[in-house]
Amino acid sequence: MKVTVERSALLKSLGHVHRVVERRNTIPILANVLIQAENAKLAFRATDLDLEVTETIPAEVGPSGATTVPAQMFYEIVRKLPEGAQIVLEASGDRAVLTIRAGRARFTLQTLPVSDFPDLAAGDMTHSFKVSAADLKRLIDKASFAISTEETRYYLNGIYLHAAGAAKAATLRAVATDGHRLAQVELPLPAGADGMPGIIIPRKTVGEVQRLIEDGEAEATIELSPGKIRFTIGDVVLTSKLIDGTFPDYGRVIPLGNNKELVVDKAEFEAAVDRVSTVSSERGRAVKLALTAGKLTLSVTNPDSGSATEELEVEYESDPLDIGFNSRYLLDIAAQIEGETAVLRLADPGSPTLIQDRESKGALYVLMPMRV
Amino acid sequence: MRRDAAGDNARASATAGFCRDCFADVPDRVPRCIACKSPRVLRHAELAALTIAHVDCDAFYATIEKRDDPSLADKPVIIGGGKRGVVSTCCYIARTFGVRSAMPMFEARRLCPHATIVSPNMEKYVGVGRAVRRLMLELTPLVEPLSIDEAFLDLTGTERLHGTIAAKSLARFAARVETELGITVSVGLSCNKFLAKIASDLDKPRGFAILGGAEAQSFLAPRPVGLIFGVGKVSQERFARDGIRLIADLQRLPEIELMRRYGGEGQRLSRLSHGIDNRKVSPEREAKTVSGETTFETDIADFRTLERTLWRLCEKVSGRLKASRLAGTSITLKLKTADFKTRTRARSLSHPTQLAARIFDAGRDLLEREADGTRFRLLGIGVSSLEETADADMGDLLDRRAAEAEQAMDKLRARYGRDAVVRGLAFEGKMEDDVTEDE
Repeated sequence: MKVTVERSALLKSLGHVHRVVERRNTIPILANVLIQAENAKLAFRATDLDLEVTETIPAEVGPSGATTVPAQMFYEIVRKLPEGAQIVLEASGDRAVLTIRAGRARFTLQTLPVSDFPDLAAGDMTHSFKVSAADLKRLIDKASFAISTEETRYYLNGIYLHAAGAAKAATLRAVATDGHRLAQVELPLPAGADGMPGIIIPRKTVGEVQRLIEDGEAEATIELSPGKIRFTIGDVVLTSKLIDGTFPDYGRVIPLGNNKELVVDKAEFEAAVDRVSTVSSERGRAVKLALTAGKLTLSVTNPDSGSATEELEVEYESDPLDIGFNSRYLLDIAAQIEGETAVLRLADPGSPTLIQDRESKGALYVLMPMRV
Repeated sequence: MRRDAAGDNARASATAGFCRDCFADVPDRVPRCIACKSPRVLRHAELAALTIAHVDCDAFYATIEKRDDPSLADKPVIIGGGKRGVVSTCCYIARTFGVRSAMPMFEARRLCPHATIVSPNMEKYVGVGRAVRRLMLELTPLVEPLSIDEAFLDLTGTERLHGTIAAKSLARFAARVETELGITVSVGLSCNKFLAKIASDLDKPRGFAILGGAEAQSFLAPRPVGLIFGVGKVSQERFARDGIRLIADLQRLPEIELMRRYGGEGQRLSRLSHGIDNRKVSPEREAKTVSGETTFETDIADFRTLERTLWRLCEKVSGRLKASRLAGTSITLKLKTADFKTRTRARSLSHPTQLAARIFDAGRDLLEREADGTRFRLLGIGVSSLEETADADMGDLLDRRAAEAEQAMDKLRARYGRDAVVRGLAFEGKMEDDVTEDE
């Protein structure tokens, strides 16, 4: 095998694939990236057995061939080579090394046989549809903050993606919750997603997809089956196992009947919550919202250091109400609101609150109150 | 018999003191109490100035059992669980046969086959422990409990209140514990916690040892560095490599040099080696871990059986967390295999909990991965990273009733007893409890 490729193209690709490789690995082959060269193309593949990323870039290919080398080291070498360098990768069948040459620098890396490299056999995908990269990014970004990190309820460690609603109102819906807050984001159901199974996309996969979309690709293709999902974004293909579990019936925790409506200027509210929570002993302690007609008083009391209050003019016409929230959670949700105005629908100090963006539909958040 | 610092100190014998039996003052150079002829006379150059004490009950569990069954008085007594498990406490007679606490029971039986073995009755010991604590609190509000049977006391400024020096207040306290509760304590009196704790060990049992600030340096010098708390086997080996074996070796090195070598720990060691310890006696000592564990009568591999035991331990741990208004975010499962290998597995929660159900959920998940047919002899569960309960068990959207259900169960049990409500999985027959808990 002999390939010549420009450094920046190689670096970008390796940047995508090498992160999948777990740093601490007990199986040597999983620390490696698979390199395949043929037909003027150079392909890379890395996997952690749950997630596999492949990327193909154009390259000048001499004799074709394939090998595997330690991903982290290969990436570091390419990163440290000078910008604009032409890099030559060469492997011969009789020696288990890959030679990397650029200018007057020369490296040899030990290789492991291609036949040992695991294939995350994708099997048949049952559904396939396309979404714009911007829509996919929005769907994932707005839900991902609520993903649980607690292993006990492993089925909450991802985003639940499913088709909701019927006929013209059908949507592709992403839901995430950690039991304290819940995010639900949706898009009109793309063609081909009809009747798709409800799936749970693991947290790590969600993070990788987020990073891949950041490069500004126009469109993403999603293929899925009950056990796997595959994202094709530009030259990158990411295949992932899904979380094998049942996502809870989240619909029953969304308090659509809450009748006390609070309308706030989002920026003003966010800044005020952030300000009063400065006196909290740690981030994420309770902020109290005291509501009376037209007025919201935010306050935080920390027995060790002091207290803070701030008043805001708001739209509120229901009976006075005092309710507490974890300030970090409140800020996380506020950060998801794109419009100028946020609407909070409350019931009582012990029941979940519904938070929405007044201007843009298609996303809602639920937050459990705290005792104050 | 007296091996305390005061007795070794020539100057101390030329000092006035008082009798520990009748509390009469005893003048210089008089060997026995003039009033009651007792030889238990306490003297020390700094007798009137020292106010920090460490009080430790003598062979606590064993002493209580001997109190309640006088026929055991002159027999070796070992407190420990069933056929298996470890020695929780043994009396001083058993100790002469080499029996020690934390020793496996089978070994204790081998060393002292004629010992009387008593299963621990924690409820009784906790009751006596509380009674001792109540008497301590009559001396000073600054009581810092270290465990069920030992505590630091700060008697600074109590002279006028009690009309006598701290030493005599403590001697009266020790005598009261004997007459009212029928057990004995050992007192260490000094100028700080470090020295007081060392002192209480010098004259056990039924002792009273004084370690003054002036003699601390020379007293500590010939002792091994391991005497300093926090210096365990590994550190001792490391220090030995650096030529530090005795506290004198630490004393010789300047504080700056020790700090350069060992960082913040170096500073601590330097100060302690000179007998300096500025830690306050703080009544609200925070528990770091609340845990419970049990050693089985026979090794168990069956998941259901382990699970049931786990649930029971979770309820106990949860009960203690609730009683002390604590909640934690780290759940640690402990297992010991039939061949004595210990496995611990931990899990962090995103929010603190004190609910048995949540502790159990995490613990069960960890247990499931370990229960692969291996036979276990011990199972334990602990909750750490503790904090006060202000935002513990915040309502859960998906399981809003969890906290309420458990609180309702707790209320029923408080009214109608522990067995009023039993969770389904714990209901399959009852097993013998052999639970030791520690903070």
